[in-house]
Amino acid sequence: MKKIYMDYGATTPVDKEVVKEMEPYFNQVYGNPSSFHSFGREAKNAITEARDKVAQLIGADIVKEMIFTSGGTEADNYAIKGVASALEEQGKHIITSSIEHHAVLHTCEYLEKERGFEVTYLPVDEDGFVNPQDVKDAICEDTILITIMLANNEMGTIQPIAEIGEIAKTAGVTFHTDAVQAVGTIPVDVNQLNVDLLSLSAHKFNGPKGVGALYVRKGTKIKKFLHGGAQERNRRATTENVPAIVGLGKAAELARKNLNRKREELIILRDKLINGIEEKIDHVKLNGHRTERLPGNVNFSIRYIEGESILMKLDLEGIAASSGSACTSGSLDPSHVLLAMGLSHEIAHGSLRLTLGKYNTEEEVDKVLELLPKIVADLRAMSPIYNQ
Amino acid sequence: MYSDKVMDHFENPRNVGEIENPDGVGTVGNAKCGDIMKMYIKVDDEKINDIKFKTFGCGAAIATSSITTEIVKGKTIEEAQQLSNQAVAEALNGLPPAKMHCSNLAADALHKAINDYLGIDNEEDNDEDAHHGHDLGEECTLDMN
Ligand SMILES: Cc1ncc(COP(=O)(O)O)c(C=O)c1O
Repeated sequence: MKKIYMDYGATTPVDKEVVKEMEPYFNQVYGNPSSFHSFGREAKNAITEARDKVAQLIGADIVKEMIFTSGGTEADNYAIKGVASALEEQGKHIITSSIEHHAVLHTCEYLEKERGFEVTYLPVDEDGFVNPQDVKDAICEDTILITIMLANNEMGTIQPIAEIGEIAKTAGVTFHTDAVQAVGTIPVDVNQLNVDLLSLSAHKFNGPKGVGALYVRKGTKIKKFLHGGAQERNRRATTENVPAIVGLGKAAELARKNLNRKREELIILRDKLINGIEEKIDHVKLNGHRTERLPGNVNFSIRYIEGESILMKLDLEGIAASSGSACTSGSLDPSHVLLAMGLSHEIAHGSLRLTLGKYNTEEEVDKVLELLPKIVADLRAMSPIYNQ
Repeated sequence: MYSDKVMDHFENPRNVGEIENPDGVGTVGNAKCGDIMKMYIKVDDEKINDIKFKTFGCGAAIATSSITTEIVKGKTIEEAQQLSNQAVAEALNGLPPAKMHCSNLAADALHKAINDYLGIDNEEDNDEDAHHGHDLGEECTLDMN
């Protein structure tokens, strides 16, 4: 059976060219970048080059504004805790949204519970948009940080970040965006978006896992995250993961080169999948905005059936997908994102996410469109809440 | 994460459907929690002559429903009353810990159907509360990273 991977939102395969670029940095160019000798200098140069490539991908004009991290989660933690620690004398209020990734939400909850911060979790509308006016209204004297994601990992809606950034700038509040799902798949420019901090992660755009970056605009007040050596301009100690950083750099270079073409191709595949599902299966609801969404993201609530059983049936056919179901009441609540968009528990349990990427083909989309209706029909035939 | 036995019952569920004019019907769970099981029984000479189920829920919910019907078909009412959720899980060669509680209620649905047949009032329990009352297993939210 030929397997079909449609879970690019979870992670992506590492591009062959990226692997090739990384290889020498395991045992040929293996020096410690902090070392004085030529081995060290070569490794240091590789990091500098990678930093340059990542900066170019997100329009950062000062290369030094980029700090490598162990991934998106660390970049989010660093940004939020780092700014909170730097500015807590000034105020202890943070604004975020109710649909953030747990890397942001749980960090905010930590500051709230353990460090006495107050956090406003802004609602979203039925398409998953944060209203910029709500951000404006939530800002008070104590507000020191706004953190709103650029694109949502579950249902793909792309937020009006530039507009929110403008509001933050005018109010003089530091603004962070989790752009982990966006960087490498849609054009991202830190100046156009008016952000002070931005998180990205290599494994979402055909780079290796366990490496990412935090963009920090010059002049942004932020405390260091890892104490120790003087790496990353004394902001993040630990000997750099050179091969991974090189991989991130190469992935950024390739993403930048192919971004527009790839994006257009993906949008065509995505819309074919969306339209096909709507045509072939009744009682489905597209989650997220129809056009203002990530190029590879498809998310449907399929009524009268439950997400895990859909995933299992797809898996048996070799198709990899995701769901926002809480498949037991060990945690009763399905996806916090879908609930925040106003979906009932019942409908949120039946969500299916298919995320497309670099190597998906039209044949694969056709195959899913052929198999999914039958899977849904089988499960509905078994469902006590489906009367047809 | 699931045993072969669970997968077998998930892929080829036994006794799916409804029974017309059943002698007893029992339902547990609710859509809010993500699991609903409905059992129909036909009784003849104090034996479960026919049994069918319909389930909305995860793989474990479907598999436990299916094997429950298989176990008790042809058994006496008394024997069927002895079947526990635990025994159902064991018959499937175990379930992941997170699935042991709310997705493993097929025996309860069966007992409700039997009570219905016997004319015993099923307690007017609010299923949702009953669910919350369980000692909850580890979290099983499917994360979409
Ligand atoms: C929106 C978003 N933020 C943060 C993360 C965490 O990134 P990482 O897995 O690199 O820690 C992810 C994905 O896992 C994500 O989708």
